[in-house]
Formats: sequence, C-alpha cells, structure tokens
Amino acid sequence: MARTSLGVEVLTGGEATAHAMRQIRPDVVPVYPITPQTPIIQTFSRFVADGKVDTVLLQVESEHSAMSAAVGAALAGARTMTATASQGLALMVEVIYIAAGLRAPIVMAVGNRALSAPINIHGDHSDGMLARDSGAVQIYAEDAQEAYDLMVMAPRIAEHPAVLLPVLVGQDGFSVTHSAENVTLLRDEEVQDFVGPYEIPYPLLGSRPSSQGLFAMPDAYFEIRVRQIQALEAAEQVFADIGRAYALRFGRHLGAVESYRMDDAQRAIVLIGSTAGTAKDVVDDLRDRGEKVGLVVLRLFRPFPHQALADALAGVERVAVLDRAAAPGTFPPLFADIRAGYAGTAEMRSYVYGLGGRDTQPQDIARVYAELSGPAHAGIRYLGLLGEDQHGES
Amino acid sequence: MASERLNAILRPGGVVLPGDVARPRTGGWRTGVKPSVDFSLCVDCLLCWIHCPDTAVQQEHGVFQGFDYDLCKGCEVCSEVCPTNAIQMVAEATPLDARGAVLPEGGRRDG
Amino acid sequence: MASLKQLALQEEKRPAFTGGHSLCAGCGIPTIVRTVLDSIPGPVVAVSATGCLEVATTRFPFTAWGVPWLHVAFENAAAVASGVEAAYRSMTHRGKLSGEKVTIVVFAGDGGTYDIGLQALSGALERGHRFLYVCYDNEAYMNTGIQRSGATPFAASTTTSPVGSVGRGKAEVRKDLTAIVVAHHIPYAAQASTSHWQDLSVKVERAVRQDGPSFLNVLSTCPPGWGHDARDGARLARLAVESRYWPLFEVVDGHYRLTHYPAHPMALLEWLEMQKRFAHLRGIQSVDLEAMIEREIMGQWQDLERRTAESKAWFEERESESA
Repeated sequence: MARTSLGVEVLTGGEATAHAMRQIRPDVVPVYPITPQTPIIQTFSRFVADGKVDTVLLQVESEHSAMSAAVGAALAGARTMTATASQGLALMVEVIYIAAGLRAPIVMAVGNRALSAPINIHGDHSDGMLARDSGAVQIYAEDAQEAYDLMVMAPRIAEHPAVLLPVLVGQDGFSVTHSAENVTLLRDEEVQDFVGPYEIPYPLLGSRPSSQGLFAMPDAYFEIRVRQIQALEAAEQVFADIGRAYALRFGRHLGAVESYRMDDAQRAIVLIGSTAGTAKDVVDDLRDRGEKVGLVVLRLFRPFPHQALADALAGVERVAVLDRAAAPGTFPPLFADIRAGYAGTAEMRSYVYGLGGRDTQPQDIARVYAELSGPAHAGIRYLGLLGEDQHGES
Repeated sequence: MASERLNAILRPGGVVLPGDVARPRTGGWRTGVKPSVDFSLCVDCLLCWIHCPDTAVQQEHGVFQGFDYDLCKGCEVCSEVCPTNAIQMVAEATPLDARGAVLPEGGRRDG
Repeated sequence: MASLKQLALQEEKRPAFTGGHSLCAGCGIPTIVRTVLDSIPGPVVAVSATGCLEVATTRFPFTAWGVPWLHVAFENAAAVASGVEAAYRSMTHRGKLSGEKVTIVVFAGDGGTYDIGLQALSGALERGHRFLYVCYDNEAYMNTGIQRSGATPFAASTTTSPVGSVGRGKAEVRKDLTAIVVAHHIPYAAQASTSHWQDLSVKVERAVRQDGPSFLNVLSTCPPGWGHDARDGARLARLAVESRYWPLFEVVDGHYRLTHYPAHPMALLEWLEMQKRFAHLRGIQSVDLEAMIEREIMGQWQDLERRTAESKAWFEERESESA
C-alpha cells in the first residue's frame, strides 16, 4: 500500500473498511465469508493475527450465526461489528429484524451484491433492499473514502441513546470493495476519540439483571414496535449531527443527501452508490455544453430523508430515479420511497439499472438526461438491458 | 394493558427487569384441590421444593414453611414425591393455616 | 456435591427462577432450570431458544428470570451464547469487568437443539466457547402443539406423526445427539434426569468447571405431550431412568461413564404404558414395535456398559492422580 505523509493510502473499499474497523477497535467481530466482502474480513483478520488490534474474532459457521453472535455480544456490553453481502444478508435478515427490535447497536459493512437466482457475485443493491424494512439504519457509500468515513461515523449513530439500532454501511460489490483509490485515513487516536466508549442501557454483563427478547402479546407488541420505529426516525437527525461533527473535526462532510451541481438544475438524476462517480462526470460534460442538469446522491436510505431530498429537488422540473434493485410487480424501492414522501412538483420517472453487476457507462447516464428532455415513459425503463432500444445491442 | 402501566415499563427493546410487575397469580389454575401438609410427618427433605414447577413450596434456610397458594397450580407432584406422605391434596375450600396445615375442628393450630 | 438444602440456600440468596410463569401444571422444565442454576453459585447469564421455557416465562412485561436473560430466536441460542461469551472474554481482557467468573448457560428444547439449532450448537462447540448448553428434552416441539422432532422416540405419536389407519407414530429412531456432541471433542457432555436431581447437580458442577463447552441433555416429562397425569411427572422421569430408556452417563474428554445403574431395572413396558403417546403399542398387532423399541434401548444400554468398561482404567488413573 502506497503511503504519503498526509495519511493517504491506496486502498480498496474493502481494505479501507477493515482499517476503519481496526481503528474503532470493536470488542467482538464475528466473521463469515461471502464474496465480495471477504477482503474486509480477511484484512481485518490479518490485523488481528499481526497484533494490530485486540478484537475477539469469531469465525462463525454461517451468516445467521454471525448476526446472532453479534446480537449476543452487543447486548452483553461489547461493541460489535461484522460484514456480509447478498445471500449472507438474506440468510441473516431474520436476525437483523430481531437486532433492531432488541435495539442492538451493531455496525455491519455490506458489500452490496445481487441476490440469487441466478447466482451472481457482482454489485447491485438488492441485498440492502431486502433488509429495508428490518428497522436497521442503512447508509450507502459512493466510493472507498466514503466507505471509510461512514464506517467511522457508524458506531456513534448506532449507539446514540435515541437510536440504539443496527447500522448497515453499504458499498458496491467489486466497484468499491475491490477497486483501489486514494483514501485519506485518520490517525488511530482520532478515530478512538471520535467513537468514544461503548455504552448501552442494560448490558447483560452489567450489574442489573434484565430480561431481553420477551414474548409480547397483542397488548404490547404494537407499542414496543412503534417506539422502535420512532428510534429509527430519530436517526435522521443523529446522522446529520454526527456528520457535522465529523466534518468539523476531519474536514469531510457526509450528509444524508449530496447535491451535485443542483443549483439551477432543471433535470436531475437521483441514485445511490458508486454509479454516482460516472454520473458526476456526465453532469460535468453536459454542464460544459450549457445543459442545466444535476445529480442527487442519496447516502441515507433508512430512515428515508424525505425532506432533505425534496429540498435537494426544489426547482427541478424532471427527475429520473435510478434504482439498482427491482421490486418485482411494482415500482423499485428508491423510486417508490421517493414518490411516497414527495409533495413537490417535479415529474418523476423510474429506471432500473446495473442488476447483477451490469456496468453503467457514461453514455447510459447521458441517455437518461436526454430522455428527461422528452416525454415521460410509463412504468419502469431498464437502463443497459440488452435489446432495450438503441443502446442495447449484444 | 392500560397505557400508563405500559409506558411506565416501556424500555428500548421491551427490556424488563425482575419485579417490574407483580407475578401473575397462577393459583387460579387449580381445579378443585390444593396441597396441605402434616407437619408431624414433614422431615424437611425439600423434595417437594425442587420438584414443584411453580416454586410454590416455601422454605427458609432449608426448613419447609408451606405453600404459596397464589402460585400453586395444583399439579400434585409435591404430594407424589413426598417420601413420608406428609403432603396430601385436599379440597380447595378446606381451611388451612398459614403454613398449609389442616386446621383442627373448631380451633387454630399454632404455626 | 450439593444437598437440596444447599441448593435451597442458593435459591434464597439468588432467586434465579420464580413462579408466576405459564408452563403447564406438572411441567418438568422448571426443576431442570432451578437445579442447574442453583448449582452455579456465581453470576450467570442465561440464553434461551424459542420454545416452551422462553414463551411461558417471559410474557411481557412479566419475567420469571432473576438472572440476566436473553432470547433472540429459535435456531441460534448457541450462536447468541457464543457472542455473549466472546463479549465476556473481550471485556475481561480490556479490564471492563470486575473479574468475577460469569457462567453462560443456554436453555433450549430438543427442537431448538437436535433440529433447527444443531448448526449453531455445532459451531459453538467447534469453536470451544466456555459455556454450558442445557437441552431440556421433552422429545417433541411441545410449545407449538406436540410436533415430532429429531428427538422424538421411535413409534411415539405426535401431531405430525399421528397414529391413524396408515400411520403408526414416528417411523424413525431418534438421533443420538450426545454422540454428535461428543464428536466435537468437547471436555464434558452428560445425560441427566430431574428424577436424579443430585446426579444432575453434580454434572452441572463438573460442567461449569471445564475450560470449554459443556453439554447436558436432560429428560423433561411433559403431561400434554406424552399423555400422562401431571402428578406422575417425577415418577415417570424416574421410570425412564430405571427402565434404562434414559441412561444417566457422562463423557469426560471423550471417555464414557455410566453414573447410575438401576438396582432393579424396570420393564420398558411400564415406562411405555404410562404415556398415551405410546398407547397404540398395546395389543398383539404392535408387538413388533415394542420389540423394536426394546432392542434399540437395550442395544444403547449395552453400548454404554461396554464404553464404561473401556474407560474404567482412564477414570481410575485420573482419580488416583488427583488424590
């Protein structure tokens, strides 16, 4: 890894995530391998083996057990982190719901990858979307730097007394997990100081015996669940506060929504994840040619920042929402969520792109902006699908 | 349950602490018989104590004290395991003293 | 070796498990839980799998548990306990705890252990976590209405293996879970019964002394599931042991030892006849089923006798070393 005096290293998203974990020094990390998150756990395991961090590493026998062990550890009183993707996330999703219900502040990195079938190891957002109603906070990184920064921010979001929920930090499989770029790392002490000590109200290894995970009948479940929902809603403000604290201290600001050249934009794309990099280049090209276009990148997906998004889209006439996941039988998740909470005047169109790691080229994004100048399509348009009008030739 | 009562004990995750609420009175499960004890036969073996599924046998420092009729479900396991037949099941209405002994006709037995 | 009085004093000092729960009248589980927890003097964290014990003892907002207690799901009690144990190790290493030894105990039924919980159990045993796993074995998925599990004995009638004009109860012999557990090379595994509470208590003491995983498979009578009168629970548990249906033994570092030899072995038939789940075995037409059960039980007993004989020297050497 190349090192400069500024603390910049050339790292993949996976490696950067492992560094963040090393610097956070969690008490317990259960690990189970699945492509494309394996670089995260392998790098972290190497740190443990070399004595660079004294975390207790648990090589569990499935992802379901990884999240189960994480719940046990987190509620016992230990700061706990893990990583997964795709089928692993699908297998453990039962326990992610439970972790949220039990208010276990676990931080989990997700190397976002397509869900079977067909089995596919490449990047899309379907795994994160499977967990979207789990009650966990969901954040998405655009690149390795963001993956690192969001990981460092995550424990304070998860552990905030008003939140106390699992936090999933997503980064696109292969495009981010395995692609190297310059990442500015903080100093170990800075991260330690920023995250602070781990404190939860009723640690099982504490002094007050408590019972957790009770059987709630119809006379109590509803109230317990609504309290949990309110905690997730509170995470929006907490995310903003932690983001500001991080920016003040370290100079990089990661808010719920990033507006790229949106000031007088008339046409805009909204999306999540690494394709933002490609889209920003296209926006720059089109702006050079005088087109009033912009890009909105969503970092916070759960809780959904309806107001922040509406503010970002103020003045925009036409919006294309690009989903890297489908919701078969209806509109895809990001589009549906935006529409559900949007009371503005922009006309919105739904695109699905990049499933199973299908690469999205600049010309694909340019085509979306061009189509935004024309009449709206009904339903969903598939971007980059072979056979789909003029661009899709095999 | 009443909302005030619920709110008073609603913690994140529905965590509860022992003693948050009174124990349910499972004594209401009994269907006509309850245990009684003849103290002249009881040897404080505590077999009834360990075999009672409802922790309804009261003891203090290893000495049998009687039954908690708010908890006893009337399963009769205590009377079955008692090696001296000190425990007998009697009709629910049978008057017993504070420690579960049958009251003699027209008088109270000292505890 | 604790007396009942000592267990009672421990429970007085630390009431780990109280009444007020909604387990069936005459349920065998509470005696298991109380004997186990009252045999462990220091701090305890209990982890439960979904099942009779968990549901009936923690109907929000009531809890019967006086020790820290966690329930997550059905199939992962051993994985959850692994996490608690890892937290304990990490927090101890980092000086965040007082240093007092905390015992982690899992309570799971046969459903959550033999079947859906087997993977998590296997992983936890393989990783060598220091914890005690107690399976309360009532031989079926009782909480959901008496459905057949991998622990249900051959020929038993359950709601998913009912006796009908075609079906004759469970068609398969039960798994030998203790053998599966022993195959993980853990320091201590044992089989116990509430009828022999002191044997169970001694086994708990031995188990929690181990620097690694320990496992107890404890038979739990079940009035609705087995079809017996509530009052007969303790007697039935004793009959299970005395008829050699449920042998009491322990496995120390892979060496087997029977811990109880019935002085006057009871006939297996007496054990079967007390339970409605075996009612269809009465009668000439079911002689073959009874014979099969007899063969299976006696085969299992003789195997244990043989293994005990093989390990006799090993245990004697150990005892003379520690003398």
